[in-house]
Amino acid sequence: MIDSGNTAWMISATGLVLLMTLPALGLFYGGLVQAKNILSVLVQCFAVACLASLLWFAVGYSLAFSGTGPWLGDTHAVLLAHIGRAAPHPGLAIPESVFVMFEMTFAVITPALIVGAYVERIRFGAVLLISGLWLLLVYVPVCHWVWGGGWLAARGTIDFAGGIVVHVTAGVSALVVAAMLGPRQDFPHGIRPPHAPWMVMVGASLLWVGWFGFNAGSALSAGADAGMAMLVTHLSAATATIVWMAIEWVRFGKPSLVGAVTGTIAGLAAITPAAGVVGPLAAVILGAVAGGLCFAAVVLVKRAMQVDDALDVLGVHGVGGALGTLLLPFLAMIGTGGVPSALGMTGQFTAQLIGVVSVALWSAVVTFAITKLAALTVGLRIDPEGETTGLDFAAHGETGYHVMR
Amino acid sequence: MKLIIAIIQPHRLDPVREALTNIGIQGMTVSEVRGYGRQKGHTEIYRGAEYRIAFLPKLKLEIAVPSARTEDVVATITQATRTGRIGDGKIFVLDLQQSLRVRTGETGDDAL
Repeated sequence: MIDSGNTAWMISATGLVLLMTLPALGLFYGGLVQAKNILSVLVQCFAVACLASLLWFAVGYSLAFSGTGPWLGDTHAVLLAHIGRAAPHPGLAIPESVFVMFEMTFAVITPALIVGAYVERIRFGAVLLISGLWLLLVYVPVCHWVWGGGWLAARGTIDFAGGIVVHVTAGVSALVVAAMLGPRQDFPHGIRPPHAPWMVMVGASLLWVGWFGFNAGSALSAGADAGMAMLVTHLSAATATIVWMAIEWVRFGKPSLVGAVTGTIAGLAAITPAAGVVGPLAAVILGAVAGGLCFAAVVLVKRAMQVDDALDVLGVHGVGGALGTLLLPFLAMIGTGGVPSALGMTGQFTAQLIGVVSVALWSAVVTFAITKLAALTVGLRIDPEGETTGLDFAAHGETGYHVMR
Repeated sequence: MKLIIAIIQPHRLDPVREALTNIGIQGMTVSEVRGYGRQKGHTEIYRGAEYRIAFLPKLKLEIAVPSARTEDVVATITQATRTGRIGDGKIFVLDLQQSLRVRTGETGDDAL
């Protein structure tokens, strides 16, 4: 039975989640690169969004959400066949069309998150090939395992809005692609700073608002769970922002804008898996831990591992998502408003750990194979001259900023 | 005639313009430029990583004056831009062979 209130919220939430990719993620990433690469980042996000949408229509939705096998769905809904105008999604009070579309926006943003790893040096053909294969071979199976009634769902793993399905998959895969692609010219000491920190802030702010659709929409209904998800999402983001700024202030003497909004995204990624089971106090605690841990992770990847995950997809998204996933069994017990697990704290933690580790391994192995394939076919890197010129002109024939009249 | 080129801190532009107007200098050309001298750039920190900014933003003023006014103008610019800290900038004075006002065709000191 389709309910108009639930449907109205889920249509709105779907719009908010698409906003997170177009343009929020584009601006968030675009401001962080050099001026000569701004358009390449925007076109990468835009093209990945459209490609993922078509693949979701063609086979992705069916393999993720039709059928309840442990590993993969079935082909019943290939090309969105058998999806009627009036039918509700099984078990929900919203039309199947809305559920398909809501989940499509998740399939859109997840491969787009990986853009942050390979900016300023990748070939556009490699972007499309890697993103398309990655959606089908990493995102779709993991989505089925966790949300489509697969083996992790059966195991009791909780991932409310995508700590595992979105952030661990994208974060781990980002590191693999970045390592195989190699660092940008002049990494690490000659890298140019972000060309437009204000744009990073605009992108992060739009992501923050869009995240209300992402997390509160993941209640799949307009009710108490959606409301609490929105509240805890906001609190975690605000706390992580303050913590990141405080760390910079103490360590470097000045709190920066780019640092503040990076903390915001860390807090948002961390609360994502937990938004359905924690209350406000737990959200503040999670945000505080996320701000500190993700700061350390970003520094670790760049300095210690020497991998040019250019825009810190692993350090911010991967670590944030994994953190919330692993802490949620304990955070659910803190304060009021939480939903303690029926498996108990240790039982639930085991289920969470299995989820994070297995998905991280799957993401790493499959992404390695996909990237290898791309290297052997279309090639991964733009030539050095193109990298110096900038991808905007070298790959797309455009220039971001014409300053002379 | 002399061409005075002054590389200054961007935030000193208004004081310079005011001081030169007060001594009767009627025009200048300003460009946004980047460079370094003894100041040797600075570092900026983003997400915990240090970035070396070798070329700092400066303004370049170009002012053409009758030879007799040169010392006056140089002294005025110096006074208006000096903070005493490293990075205050430099002033160069060049001989100027010819000048011409496009609208009227006047040349030499009359065109300044």
